[in-house]
Amino acid sequence: MSATVQTLEAMERPPVTMSSRLEGELLEVSMGPQHPSTHGVFRMNVTLDGEIVRKLKPVFGYLHRNHEQIGEQTTYLGSMPYTDRLDYFCSMSNNWAYALSVEKLAGIEVPERAEYLRVILAELTRLQNHASLLGFLLSDMGAWGTPLMYAFREREKILDLFESLAGSRMMCDYMRFGGCRVDADDNWLAGARKIVDRFPKFLDEFEELILGNEIVIARTQNVGKLSADLAISAGITGPMLRACGVNYDVRKVDGYGFYPRFKFRIPLGEHGDTYDRLMMRALEMRESVEILKQALAQIQPGAIVNPKAKIRAFRPPVGEAYGRIEAPKGELGFYLISDGGPNPYRYRVRPPSFINLTVLEDLCLGHTVADVMVILGSVDIVMGEVDR
Amino acid sequence: MIGTGILKGMGVTARNFVGSYFEKERLITVQYPEERSPLPENYRNFPFLIYDGEDPQAGLRCVACKICEKECPPQCIYIVKSDDKKPDYMGKPQFYPKVFDIDISVCMSCQICVEVCPFEAIKMDKEFELSKRERFNHLLQRKEELSKPNEYYHGICPTEAADVDAKLAAAAEAAAKKKAVAAAPAAPVLAKPTGPTGSTSAPASS
Repeated sequence: MSATVQTLEAMERPPVTMSSRLEGELLEVSMGPQHPSTHGVFRMNVTLDGEIVRKLKPVFGYLHRNHEQIGEQTTYLGSMPYTDRLDYFCSMSNNWAYALSVEKLAGIEVPERAEYLRVILAELTRLQNHASLLGFLLSDMGAWGTPLMYAFREREKILDLFESLAGSRMMCDYMRFGGCRVDADDNWLAGARKIVDRFPKFLDEFEELILGNEIVIARTQNVGKLSADLAISAGITGPMLRACGVNYDVRKVDGYGFYPRFKFRIPLGEHGDTYDRLMMRALEMRESVEILKQALAQIQPGAIVNPKAKIRAFRPPVGEAYGRIEAPKGELGFYLISDGGPNPYRYRVRPPSFINLTVLEDLCLGHTVADVMVILGSVDIVMGEVDR
Repeated sequence: MIGTGILKGMGVTARNFVGSYFEKERLITVQYPEERSPLPENYRNFPFLIYDGEDPQAGLRCVACKICEKECPPQCIYIVKSDDKKPDYMGKPQFYPKVFDIDISVCMSCQICVEVCPFEAIKMDKEFELSKRERFNHLLQRKEELSKPNEYYHGICPTEAADVDAKLAAAAEAAAKKKAVAAAPAAPVLAKPTGPTGSTSAPASS
């Protein structure tokens, strides 16, 4: 009897070769690809010293769908629905960027009403993207569900607008070369005005909910600081760059579409930390509301598609073009080379969230594992666009 | 004071919680299988083929020109053209699709087939409860399942269907007038002056 007890004790005792303390040893952890906070199938190989991140290696490619190769195989028009699937939160912006580069390539003019509709839809996309991003970010910080549901309630109204106009909530496939596919009737515009007018009320409530919250401040301020120099040299764009205080917005720099006609400001951050990135989204939504109010007041009836743009057998002349827009996540560009055929010779996407992700290691070094999730959330990635 | 931000935030959640009993704006959930929100007219899901008249196969507007098959980005349409011609709903001899399959497990509902069709033969359906017991054959829709009457199209998209009918009637009238002026048996053309397999078709991609 006593012999048996002794044996069990001996089995429970740790083997002598193993060190009983892990202090000073680095531990490599694979976070993802099925981690709930990585916003999709994204993996990070994190080397940890206790709780502190010492090394971080992002691993991409779990959602690779050969987008660029498909774009070179299908016709110019056929790539349009595929662009919806890049950043599936902002299909309208993706459509616009692709339409813009093909219009540049083929020299197609866009009628006035279509340009206004494009601005309206792109800004509505920005509203719903930023609102849901703030919700997701809070969800990553531990505010499970509630803020995300408030954000999704607003997003749902905008998605209903998209559905009633383009036929689908997320895969809109709305823009065409030289215009838009369906005209918005007066009911739709009235509905959009109603949503835009009520949006500031939601923003007030949401800002009250989060921005003064001590836990949010403690979790985000001085976390994941990005310097302006590093941001510029790494090619960071969008709200992440502006949070560092760099005044660069393609809407102002390029003045594509009808953006020069509208009066709006570009919010700029100061510290480049996670809190500034979060605030940048809240402030940008207010400016988007201003743009939307002006655009919805100025829009006039007219043609929505250039009659010269062919839908069947579309062949742009030989040449190359790069069209870029300020997508909600940053500068989204499409680079096309045409050899005169029905499909592009080269089709290349410049995805904002992929390039913004390249500085992830620099942001996370020295912070804890829990902060990695907050920093990753504030970068605003969608894996459909990162992996393509 | 520390904690006021959290209390304010809790005030917002309390306002939403209590408000959801009184304000319709704050409670937008639709209890799906029991209640349904109406689909907008522009809603699209998967394509179907339109026929006129009583007989689905005789009245099919499709003339098997294969433009949609060529333009479909995920290549989910498969058409075999007929060897013979048979009169369509207007009495003109036309080719017809011997086989017309759409694999709805591949289709991505992009509506490009509808836009490129010169004969208004293919339109987008609104049916979305399409779960099937079997993966391969049940998701491949054949010509017989795809054919739906023009009245069905009027039922789901009244405005658009009326526009299409007016357009087709105008084209038929113009064709009849042209025929009367020329007084010669010209080649039957419905909507476009170019033939279905003419210059509009792009060569296969390299």
